[in-house]
Amino acid sequence: MLPVQTGASGHPALAAQGVHKRFKIPEERTHTLKERALHPLRRTRHEELYALKDISFAVEPGEFFGIVGRNGSGKSTLLKCLAGIYRIDQGKIWCNGRLSTFIELGVGFNPDLAAYENVALNGIMLGLSPREARARYERVIEFAELEDFRDLKLKNYSSGMHVRLAFSVAIQVDADILLIDEVLAVGDASFQQKCFDVFNRMRDEGRTIVFVTHDMAAVTRFCHRAMLLERGKTVSIGDPRDVADRYLEIAFGREVGYVDPNVGSARMGDGSARVSDVWLGDDRSERRAVAPQAEPLTLKALVTFHADVSDPAVSMMLLNEQRQPVVVATTEQDRENTGEFHAGEQALFAFSFHNMLAPGRYHPVLTITHRGGGLDVIDRLAGGLSFVVSGVTASGGMVEIPVQTDVTRWISPPLPSEAPSTGGAR
Amino acid sequence: MSAPALTEPLGQPIRGPRALGDSWSRFWQLAYNIARSEFKLKFFGSALGYVWQVMRPLLLFGVLYVFFVLIFKVDKAKGAAGHYYGAQLLGSIVLFAFFSEATGGAVRSVVDRENIVRKIQFPRLAIPISIVLLALFNLGLNLVVVMIFALISGVRPMLSWIELPLLIAMIALLSTGIAMLLSALFVKFRDIQPIWDVVTQILFYSSPVIIPVETVHKELAHGALDHFLYHVYTLNPLLTVFQQFRHAMINRHTLSAGQALGSWAALLEPLALVSVIFVVGFWVFNREAPHIAEDL
Repeated sequence: MLPVQTGASGHPALAAQGVHKRFKIPEERTHTLKERALHPLRRTRHEELYALKDISFAVEPGEFFGIVGRNGSGKSTLLKCLAGIYRIDQGKIWCNGRLSTFIELGVGFNPDLAAYENVALNGIMLGLSPREARARYERVIEFAELEDFRDLKLKNYSSGMHVRLAFSVAIQVDADILLIDEVLAVGDASFQQKCFDVFNRMRDEGRTIVFVTHDMAAVTRFCHRAMLLERGKTVSIGDPRDVADRYLEIAFGREVGYVDPNVGSARMGDGSARVSDVWLGDDRSERRAVAPQAEPLTLKALVTFHADVSDPAVSMMLLNEQRQPVVVATTEQDRENTGEFHAGEQALFAFSFHNMLAPGRYHPVLTITHRGGGLDVIDRLAGGLSFVVSGVTASGGMVEIPVQTDVTRWISPPLPSEAPSTGGAR
Repeated sequence: MSAPALTEPLGQPIRGPRALGDSWSRFWQLAYNIARSEFKLKFFGSALGYVWQVMRPLLLFGVLYVFFVLIFKVDKAKGAAGHYYGAQLLGSIVLFAFFSEATGGAVRSVVDRENIVRKIQFPRLAIPISIVLLALFNLGLNLVVVMIFALISGVRPMLSWIELPLLIAMIALLSTGIAMLLSALFVKFRDIQPIWDVVTQILFYSSPVIIPVETVHKELAHGALDHFLYHVYTLNPLLTVFQQFRHAMINRHTLSAGQALGSWAALLEPLALVSVIFVVGFWVFNREAPHIAEDL
């Protein structure tokens, strides 16, 4: 984590304490004065929905702070409360410095006005004085590369030009604290990269940025710290990697024990032993649904014996979403023998490896066999569990093996029988 | 880093959206600039922008003039007070156009600007105020036409023309009060718009736009009921503005607002009404402003 500078006053750039926000959702909305006049005494019943419950956090000056959460977790509501668009019901929010909010690009743009008018008006709406708003016009146009189209009405802009102008307007604001809500959701890859370049620059300039997103890759790449919200409550605040893992766990956590019908759960074998449980993680009581990339992964299988078995072997095969076996391992490889087991006994088989799998969902298939043949199946369990590999590296391959790359110029020595080749640089 | 368990302020508190915000200058700049860009749009939006702006009241004037002056000869019936009836009519139409534009335009204004209300923090009151300002710009243009028409009709400049800013201030204050009230209520009650359309129509015919105060006064001169009705009629603040406009700007022989109401002291009633409407309008808007973004 990068060191965080503290403001001159010693205060955080942005602080929230015990913030509560609830929305009243009327069961039947009296939308007309007539209804109200005809039924003056009818109480409008409404449900109360707590969008935010007791949220407290502080963002230090110069910090890049991420707010993550699933849909409906309250993260956008929180951002609107921070921005002063929603009034909070309880708690306090403080800020130190000029605050600017980007919930959407190009808010308030009028398609019938030219770029100049829109830039000036937008700046005034964001809190600049008219002079400041006009002064930044040239910078905005320059950054957006729209010098040749300055007198064109916005409705005649292409969508790309529109986005460029909107983004340029957004970043050419001299705010100390920026609140950004999934602005990156629009635009193509190159635009997103441009956004991130700007964010990096702003971060280096010591501005404080609060960033709401679903994109865990962005959180781990840019944020100093992050906060995870779930159902309006803070689940965790801290290192973005941990928060991203927690997010994925929550996002997929409901599906622990999810059985994919396509994998098939038909049990095979003679039944002298059964895989009675299988889980991800070290401890049976703390089953995990997510295996973070580039960290040790342990898969455990509990086997119950119903007859005396000598030297059983357990093999594990991991299928990816395309049902391709990515990893196959068996206890037979490592061990001469596993021992004698009697009816009623149980044994725990563990498979551990450094997780280099590509992000995605995996289905382990466990097979118990009698030693030797491999075809002598005691039990086969498929589809008893699936888990998600979380990570930010997705090169497109089935596994993410760290690969060292190197480039050196190669000049091939001229062979006596051939003419000198072109000798391409590699 | 855990959250600070402090109660002392940690900087500038964020209090959520409000009607006015902290800075007057920001509020005015915002309202003014929104109105200015809307005005530019109308003005330069079409080739005949200015012409259309002026044509609307002029067309209405043309129709009414044909009926009431050329056919019914309203102006001939009233002696000296009927002089320059055309200019009087046009002046009242233009003033009423301001009123109806400012209030009618404000009704939907906050809801129509939903996209900025939900996405930017700014003083909410700037929206209805910008509508009133826009109507005020248009009124300025239209009054130029009215005065040219009056001069052509034979009206000579008078010292009492200096009353014009006061008259505009009064009708602007009234319109602002109603604009604040309606735009805030429309967020919750969507039938405000048809209701206000009807009320505007009623106000048009019950204000001395077409039918002069003198005529109504003559008709409602018998008995207690007539007296009461006339009193209600003169409570209308628009009457004060229109009638004084006629008296001070066009024709000294018409009744002044004070004469129409009976005494100058009676003017306090419509003035008090304007103040009450303004205060109530502001109070309602101020109360609704914090949660407009949620109720939309």
